[in-house]
Amino acid sequence: MTGQTAAAATEVVASPEEIREVKATAREVGVFYGETNALRNVNLDIRKNEVTALIGPSGCGKSTFLRCFNRMNDTIDGCRVVGGIMLDGDEILAPNVDVVHLRARVGMVFQKPNPFPKSIFDNVAYGPRIHGLASSRAELEEIVDSSLKRTGLWDEVKDRLHAPGTSLSGGQQQRLCIARAIAVQPEVILMDEPCSALDPIATARIEELIDEIRQHYTIVIVTHSMQQAARVSQQTAFFHLGDLVEKGDTEHIFTAPRDERTQSYITGRIG
Amino acid sequence: MIDMTRPEREPGAISKTVADRLKRRHAAERRFRLYGIGAIAAAMAILLTLFVTIVGSAYTAFVQTHVKLEVFFDPRKIDPEGTNSAEAIRGGDFGGIVKASLRNRFPEATGRRDKRHLYDIVSTGAAFDLRTMVLENPDLIGATRDLWLVAGDDVDMLVKGKMPRDVPETDRRLNDRQIAWVDALSADGDVEMRFNTRFFTAGDSREPELAGILGAAVGSFYTMLVTLVLAFPLGVATAVYLEEFAPKNRWTAVIEININNLAAVPSIVFGLLGLAVFLNVAGLPRSAPVVGGMVLALMTLPTIIIASRAALKAVPPSIREAALGMGASRIQTTFHHVAPLAMPGILSGTIIGMAQALGETAPLLMIGMVAFIVDIPGGPFDAATVLPVQVFLWADSPERAFTERTSAAIVVLLFFLVIMNAGAVLLRKKFERRW
Repeated sequence: MTGQTAAAATEVVASPEEIREVKATAREVGVFYGETNALRNVNLDIRKNEVTALIGPSGCGKSTFLRCFNRMNDTIDGCRVVGGIMLDGDEILAPNVDVVHLRARVGMVFQKPNPFPKSIFDNVAYGPRIHGLASSRAELEEIVDSSLKRTGLWDEVKDRLHAPGTSLSGGQQQRLCIARAIAVQPEVILMDEPCSALDPIATARIEELIDEIRQHYTIVIVTHSMQQAARVSQQTAFFHLGDLVEKGDTEHIFTAPRDERTQSYITGRIG
Repeated sequence: MIDMTRPEREPGAISKTVADRLKRRHAAERRFRLYGIGAIAAAMAILLTLFVTIVGSAYTAFVQTHVKLEVFFDPRKIDPEGTNSAEAIRGGDFGGIVKASLRNRFPEATGRRDKRHLYDIVSTGAAFDLRTMVLENPDLIGATRDLWLVAGDDVDMLVKGKMPRDVPETDRRLNDRQIAWVDALSADGDVEMRFNTRFFTAGDSREPELAGILGAAVGSFYTMLVTLVLAFPLGVATAVYLEEFAPKNRWTAVIEININNLAAVPSIVFGLLGLAVFLNVAGLPRSAPVVGGMVLALMTLPTIIIASRAALKAVPPSIREAALGMGASRIQTTFHHVAPLAMPGILSGTIIGMAQALGETAPLLMIGMVAFIVDIPGGPFDAATVLPVQVFLWADSPERAFTERTSAAIVVLLFFLVIMNAGAVLLRKKFERRW
């Protein structure tokens, strides 16, 4: 499987650099929790319709960085973000940005599957409902159906759309969360270790799904698994102790890391 | 550094050490379980004793002694002018009719004092019952009927065996002649225990046999209604704001400490506050359930706020993150997801607070809800008393017959508390969701 992905990655690298359109740009991003500087001077381009993996040991700031893209850090008391992130030319860290609108554009999938304690249908329909994306019940059902189909959950749940979302297995719950996120047609999907609570089969299913949906979305994924990063991502950024140490095409990072710390991490010497 | 001084052990020696300790560990666990069972048994025993004592002394209050007398509805006493109007009937001397019936039955009572003692056998309330009968059916005037009349409280006590017969006459509320009369009635089968409907349909009275719980129950109902209407929305809104919206800074910390302190303030202090502010400054009516409800709402607010905040805190943050991550605004996150999940806890907290308020006496004494009120209140602005205060008032009354009525009032109060707590459990079950 790794071989296949590597082959695919080679193809992407082989294509000319210019056609790789940039979706979001982080410039000099830093995050403070109170007095603690959790993240320093991060500059990173997120490319459209690609998967960007953020890797690094625990506490390195990768999740913190991820949560800057939909301003989820706003919900943490005492958390301060500096620098700038442009999403399609819009500055999203500015104080006057409406985070509700931003989060409709930038969806998120969390580490632990967190479906609402409502029916499967209502879980997926929640986003379209609050954002007023469907003008009729039929349209809403259409959105729910297509979101569930796109995540491959449709065949498993079509007969019990009104069963609680929490009654599904862990892997199904996480796919339900992905379906819920894509139901509002976001431009970017953030994934914070989406497979860390899942077994290897469910993980493989999610990884396939990520690879499928990247045709339509831009994905940023935080992962602890370097194999996963190698399998699903086109670009990788390695964080260590709050610094972005190295970034580049996934293949380069894993085959020829420039920085010694990256080398140590991917070979398992630090972590 | 690895500590090399530890002696090497034989293989299996460690397992033996563990096994030896294991016995003690299991014994400790068994002991602890026994303590737990003992504590529960003790609590149950105390509770059972409480219930048995209260119900044991209360059940006799639910029946009332009645005596059968031949009653002649004397037209000269009811309606001397013969107008047959309701107004005239209302003014009729029904007490005289009851007295005449008694004299008729026991012609041997001739002296003034004897007659007075004779009249004590039947309650003064019997005359009101006769009047009601005649008002409903004026054809009774001039007729003679065998009727069961409410006995006086002393006769009631004697018949229920709560008045000793073998003590000197001066130590009894009934003298030997009165006892002989009652015995004579009893021998003819003219003394009967009947269900005490009046206890559930009447307001308070100075006469134990005429006193009922309804006035206090209705007063409690209005008071609780006012408390709920004020405390629930205020308490829940405060909790939701503090937990979900307010920044965590020095101000909110001060507010939180104050709310926690308010929960510990003795309830009588709230009563004094109510007296000073609601009665003296705002000029609201004395003894009214509306003021009682306001005072109890102040007292219940901290309970509801603390319980609601705990319930909101218990909602997993992942639910909030999920909703916020979907682009829900904070108010949508709160009302679509967090508050519904916290609802069982909020409702139980509210009902526990309300149950506390239902049993509260001290603050209501301060605002005049301890007054003797016969009428059943028609609204929250009428003078009223409440169940626990009624218990207090009756417990304070000298008549022997009020003792059992006090217990009966406690049973009624406990009944409402059990209903409320059962309601809390049901609501919990209904709203409980898993995540």
